[in-house]
Amino acid sequence: MSTAIDTSRFVQHNQIEALPPPNLARGPIAWVRENLFSSPLNGLLTIFVFYLLYVIVPPIIDFLFINAVWTGTDRDACRAETAGHRIGACWAFVIDKINYFTYGSYTISERWRVNIFFLMLAVGVTWLLWLRAPRRDLGALYFFWLFPTFSYVLLTGGNMDLGGGFWVGFVVVSALFIGAFAAMAYLLKVSVKSGAAIGAGIIAVIGITLALMDFDFGLDHVPTSLWGGVLVTLLVATVGIVFSLPFGILLALGRRSKLPIVQLASVIFIEFVRGVPLITVLIMANTMLPLFLPAEMTVDRLARPLIGVAFFASAYMAEVVRGGLQAMPKGQYEGAMSLGLNYPQMMVFIILPQALRIVIPGIVNTFIGLFKDTSLVSIVGIFDLIRTIEASRIDPNWAAPTISYTGYAFAAFFYFVFCFGMSRYSLGVERRLAAGQNR
Amino acid sequence: MKKAIVSIAFGLTASLLATGASAQATLNSVKQKGYLTCGSNTGLAGFGVPDAQGTWTGLDVEYCRAISAAIFDDPTKVRFIPLAAKDRFTALQSGEVDVLVRNSTATMSRDTQLGLDFPAINYFDGQGFMVRKKLGVSSAKELNGASICTQQGTTTELNLADYFRANNMKYEVVAFATSDETFKAYDSGRCDAFTTDASGLYSERLRASAPDDHIVLPEIISKEPLGPATRHGDDQWTDIVRWTHNAMLNAEELGVAKANVDQMKTSDNPEIKRLLGSEGKYGEAIGLTNDWAYRIIKHVGNYGESFERNVGEGSKLKIKRGQNALWTKNGLQYGIPIR
Repeated sequence: MSTAIDTSRFVQHNQIEALPPPNLARGPIAWVRENLFSSPLNGLLTIFVFYLLYVIVPPIIDFLFINAVWTGTDRDACRAETAGHRIGACWAFVIDKINYFTYGSYTISERWRVNIFFLMLAVGVTWLLWLRAPRRDLGALYFFWLFPTFSYVLLTGGNMDLGGGFWVGFVVVSALFIGAFAAMAYLLKVSVKSGAAIGAGIIAVIGITLALMDFDFGLDHVPTSLWGGVLVTLLVATVGIVFSLPFGILLALGRRSKLPIVQLASVIFIEFVRGVPLITVLIMANTMLPLFLPAEMTVDRLARPLIGVAFFASAYMAEVVRGGLQAMPKGQYEGAMSLGLNYPQMMVFIILPQALRIVIPGIVNTFIGLFKDTSLVSIVGIFDLIRTIEASRIDPNWAAPTISYTGYAFAAFFYFVFCFGMSRYSLGVERRLAAGQNR
Repeated sequence: MKKAIVSIAFGLTASLLATGASAQATLNSVKQKGYLTCGSNTGLAGFGVPDAQGTWTGLDVEYCRAISAAIFDDPTKVRFIPLAAKDRFTALQSGEVDVLVRNSTATMSRDTQLGLDFPAINYFDGQGFMVRKKLGVSSAKELNGASICTQQGTTTELNLADYFRANNMKYEVVAFATSDETFKAYDSGRCDAFTTDASGLYSERLRASAPDDHIVLPEIISKEPLGPATRHGDDQWTDIVRWTHNAMLNAEELGVAKANVDQMKTSDNPEIKRLLGSEGKYGEAIGLTNDWAYRIIKHVGNYGESFERNVGEGSKLKIKRGQNALWTKNGLQYGIPIR
């Protein structure tokens, strides 16, 4: 007797289609319930935050866009009694002053030079930051050597007028320097030829730089007292960034060095600079320094805060980089040594690439901080963007109640664009570099 | 303490520089450089403000242009070094600027301890009051019991206390950290009156939400003589700065202006002849050419023109001449005669 059961009679052949989850578990209502009102406390907080947004955002939009004035030639455009309605931001003021905000008092006929500087800066930044750009090693050479040199020539007009005597002295010193390098190589029992070549290379770089600065390209001299606005803000930030990374790395290596004098010098420099506020450094540079120097000797007013900012940023960068170096396991050093690499090779090929990757957030954080700190130079009378806005907002031709807010809103927008850009870029780089570890 | 250290530092350098600077050095170095460096304000309405192209304009700025015109026959050979209040005197002492024209109040301690000279007063300022028209007050003497907005920790606050005590009046002070906040508070009705230097009152009034609702009271309760400063020890240079101002004042008094200076050259009036250099050798006496004053008036104009253009009726500020009128019109500006 067959016990087989004809299953086809009562067993479903096809899978029943799953029912959609109830509306309360999916879709916008569920999302709101889960994310905004998951508990009574969260519900209250959500309502509170929405209330705050309601209070803050519409007036800001109203001020910045809806009631804003976009065209006009003087204060009458931005005054309620002449315009006939409530006045928000007076963008006409920013539009009228935009040349001053960008170039400061830079000679009008020479402003194309500043534009080329902006362009060169953009090219350099893109070249270095765009990870798939061709020949990024040349990009680094451009950004850290050619770009600063050409910018100097372009912006000031070059033609330092060093004179023949200087060049005679330079040749003598160079010969001694190359000789010293060769002698050192001999004492250290490495190839004398390569020692002399390195020495000659360093001299060539310095010599070419000085020669370019000295050469008369026929550009008119534009004194730095005329520079201002975005030009100065970007200049201070760029100088800080260009100098702080290499010097910071050197200082960090110096601080971890086993050579006592190098280590002590690095520690003293870093701790001294980190121990004083930037504003003190700037006031020292611009107010006190002229008192200590002899009367005939003057350092350019813009160069002083530039040097101050570069030192300051280097010290902070050194500590950031040191953090990365300390995070490297000892095995990495030992592995490098067991391969027979010497100290520079070990650092350049094994340690620094890994250490720097760890501290990218810290480096970018320092850059963002530095970028915003550049506005402090306005306190010592350098006309950066903030200072040009400060000087323009009191212009009687534009005297109106909302002018100051408009000027500061413009500055906030400018700084935000740059800082937000930097932070997004660093996130992207981190994600890319961490790809290997997330596998 | 901080103040003491700063004044010691200033004093030291002042003495160092006083011995180092030789007479006539400044004019020679200015001529050699081919331009004049002028310490200027970082931005003060009517006295030194950049226009849309970044060219500096204002009463103090034109003073520098006048000096440049006298030396080079060209008002543009000036480099303005905008200086913050705290580094202005150091910059002058260290030789970074040749002359400081930056609405600095001339005082005895600055003249003596800081090693400076104040050769002229190009603007007589002083603390004043602004009130709303509807308050119905026409004199500061009627401000008994008023609440007054002022900036914290400034001499303004001290002057205020002195004035009200001297006049036996009560007042309530409402102080703020920055001048912006102070004016904002007054504008929004926190106090009955607002006090600061008179020149500042006019520029602040422009920024009010309804400028015509406010008036500046006639009383001036403190002395703030603003003028250019030079270093001690170079008398010839100080003379040039002093006589630039006097030439502009005399020109106004004699009716010589930018527009008519060429016709005036043929005038028979001996005073005009001496001023414009067709008689006497007054320019050579200060190391310049004899037509030095002609150059100033040709390029910049007389004092009245400069005043009206920058702070007076020709500007948005509309400051009355008041104390800055010529002595012949009951003011304090008195041009020392050229003879």
